[in-house]
Amino acid sequence: MNRFAELLDRLAYEPGRNNKLRLITNYFRNVEDPDRGYALAALTGALSFKHAKAGLIRDLIAERTDPTLFALSYDYVGDLSETVALMWPKASTDRLRNNPPPPTLTDVVTTLRTLGKAELPRQLSRWLDDLDETGRWALLKLVTGALRIGISARLAKTAAAALGAKDAHDVELLWPGLTPPYLDLFAWLEGRGDKPVNRDPAPFRPVMLAHALEETDFANLNASDYSAEWKWDGIRVQAVSGRDTNGHIVTRLYSRSGEDITGSFPDLLPSLHLPGAIDGELLVVRDGRVQSFNVLQQRLNRKTVSPKLIKDFPIHLRAYDLLADGETDLRELTFAERRTRLEAFVKKLGDPKVDLSPAIAFDNWERLAAARHDPATAGAGEDAEAVEGVMLKRHDALYLPGRPKGQWWKWKRDPHIIDAVLMYAQRGHGKRSSYYSDYTFGVWTGTGGDAQLVPVGKAYFGFTDEELLQIDRFVRRNTTEKFGPVREVVHEPDQGLVLEVAFEGLQRSTRHKSGVAMRFPRINRLRWDKPPREADRLETLEQLLKGSVTPEPAESEAD
Amino acid sequence: MRPQDILTPQPAGLCCKPGGFYIDPVRPVERAVITHGHSDHARAGHGAVLATQETLDMMRLRYGDNFARSTQAIAYGEEVRLGDVTVRFHPAGHVLGSAQIAVTCEATRVVASGDYKDAPDSTCVPFEVVPCDVFITEATFGLPVFRHGDATDQIKKLLSSVKLFPERAHLVGAYSLGKAQRVIALLRAAGFDAPIYLHGAMEKITSYYQSRGINLGELRPVKGMKKADLAGTITLAPPSATSDVWTRRFPDPVTAFASGWMRVRARARQGGIELPLVISDHADWDGLTATIKATAAGEIWVTHGEGDALVHWCKTQGLAARPLDLVGYGDEDSGEGDIQASSEGGEA
Repeated sequence: MNRFAELLDRLAYEPGRNNKLRLITNYFRNVEDPDRGYALAALTGALSFKHAKAGLIRDLIAERTDPTLFALSYDYVGDLSETVALMWPKASTDRLRNNPPPPTLTDVVTTLRTLGKAELPRQLSRWLDDLDETGRWALLKLVTGALRIGISARLAKTAAAALGAKDAHDVELLWPGLTPPYLDLFAWLEGRGDKPVNRDPAPFRPVMLAHALEETDFANLNASDYSAEWKWDGIRVQAVSGRDTNGHIVTRLYSRSGEDITGSFPDLLPSLHLPGAIDGELLVVRDGRVQSFNVLQQRLNRKTVSPKLIKDFPIHLRAYDLLADGETDLRELTFAERRTRLEAFVKKLGDPKVDLSPAIAFDNWERLAAARHDPATAGAGEDAEAVEGVMLKRHDALYLPGRPKGQWWKWKRDPHIIDAVLMYAQRGHGKRSSYYSDYTFGVWTGTGGDAQLVPVGKAYFGFTDEELLQIDRFVRRNTTEKFGPVREVVHEPDQGLVLEVAFEGLQRSTRHKSGVAMRFPRINRLRWDKPPREADRLETLEQLLKGSVTPEPAESEAD
Repeated sequence: MRPQDILTPQPAGLCCKPGGFYIDPVRPVERAVITHGHSDHARAGHGAVLATQETLDMMRLRYGDNFARSTQAIAYGEEVRLGDVTVRFHPAGHVLGSAQIAVTCEATRVVASGDYKDAPDSTCVPFEVVPCDVFITEATFGLPVFRHGDATDQIKKLLSSVKLFPERAHLVGAYSLGKAQRVIALLRAAGFDAPIYLHGAMEKITSYYQSRGINLGELRPVKGMKKADLAGTITLAPPSATSDVWTRRFPDPVTAFASGWMRVRARARQGGIELPLVISDHADWDGLTATIKATAAGEIWVTHGEGDALVHWCKTQGLAARPLDLVGYGDEDSGEGDIQASSEGGEA
């Protein structure tokens, strides 16, 4: 566990991809089976421990520390596992004398696999006694399923591949058929065994992702090299069907990260009756009309999928790529070729729940910009509300996992912009703990002497590190009241900080005093130049909700 | 006399009225008694200054010969009478020349400990417990999450990184007074005998340490070195320099930072640190609480840092405790200054 903890610790701080690879490969080289296999499983998210919840960790620490000291520490550190790892009292002298060896990663993984829920607290505290600060941190992160150290599964697989000077792609293709601790994979990588075979009839294929397009990128892009389609505001899925050894169709839905989400959408499975792998967007379509993400969201993350839910939120797959057709892997074909195969495949499926994502006709960037600005009249019609921009895909792009340069681009619609006033600031968690980095902002309502600010949202990103420092300093110097980790910040007509907030959409909310809730709000700019009295009013947001004002594009914001 | 009449917090610093002086004043005063040479404690412009020879020397190095109207050096264990009180200096183990100041008036003794640590440090005289009635403690790391551990393990971590990335330069952010020299001494103790490179801002104070008989091995200025020749080397620099354009002279540098703050991951990441080294010149939580107990003081005053937790802990131990709320030694803002500090203020 200690070697794995050291690895995680180094990885958590190392920003460079190649250096991360070196650290992981170095670990795989120096650590034996099966520890390294479980490490690979942990780094690729292939391990899960259902019983170890944050509540349990809290209980363990509560038994051992003063509640006030714990609260102060947690507030400062901002991360439960880390706080507990650091505060955990030194083991009793008895245990120190016996000096039991700290658990290995394999000990932890195999023990937890069979350990009953009732045994867990005792086992966990024994391990915590035997590990050092870093070991405890890694253990808690591992068992609570919150590693989050900036390592993609892809990177971990690449590091493993490097052990045998193999291409990461080869490992990706084998991956769905492999299970921890991957003895066969390491044997192959070290030249001691045959290449493992993927026997999964409906495997996940690593998805291809797009880069965000900046206006400046157009100079280097040629319109005739690209096709365009709407960027649907749904959920990216891979719908895979294949035949098992008995010839039965097996169908699975995967999220873009490869998580199996089949169970949440039983109503879509009968529609996927032909072997193949579709890359597409999961949407809710009512009466032929695509619903907004807000509607789709109500179908997600439900423990049970009731008949009523299925009826009220009819699910739909909008297909935009085909990765496999029957037994044939299409990923080595160009996008144009795959699109032709996709059109035929969708036609052959002949199912109303699966349709094609239409192409947008354009011959130059101006035409495309116009379509993006007004999807309704450019072909999206009534579905325009579910369009969040356009996608550009090179005609000759192969289907490459990851985010290859210059192949696919996403060009989102301009966000809405308002000027709001900073009202409260809260210390961040994780990376931003000890910095006031979560901001509640408000707009004006009422007039004259009754004018007051009403909170309309919260944002915790969008600013640069330098701006974070500036706001943090402002918050500390202009605090009017403290409520635990939250500070009320001066917000008077002539005194305060105006934040230019960008957001994607607005919905009615009963949870917020203002009656509105923003989607994806972020700090666009700091308006040190603007007195709070000139910030926006609630009426502006209400009109936006009614649709009577079109969103003001960020570029044309008048100053 | 009541302890609060012996030493009283005032805007200029901790004031001893019966003795007619201030301890570590943040504003110019007539008579100042200084615990140690860090710039937030030792400022220029006072009338008379009483401090250890090392502290006086460091002030002279930083501020020039005329940093005070008059100075008086005092050794550890030495006692002087000032007004109605006696003042005695005891080692604080923080940096070279750092002292705790015991102020005794009639039968009451108050110890102002300045910044201190109870961990081993070969570059200064070890901390000494001074029994007293009132112990004035810092609380820079006054939360139970701060446990610094063994500094030699941190040095091992640095050396194994140097081994894994031989083509990169390792850049260690460390305060130029105290921390840098301690890190160098620790590297030498771990058997690292290659030349160690120094940022220009560290040269003066480091050679002062050497002149006081502290062996730091071969040190070289980094200035003028070719980029390629810095591969596989270790350079010590002030923390602020490690995020500066100055670092462009190094081949793919690994940025390390030696500080107690590095115990908290978010702090390290905010500073863009890739190799946090938990090495501190302040007492950690266990050190603070053990020291408080060892002094047998019945009353604890907490100056700067994370005072709330320490005051709470004292109360659970049946000790009277209160925060002094002195400003100028790093209030809440010192933490961030720690990483971005352009000066040496708020050192940790």
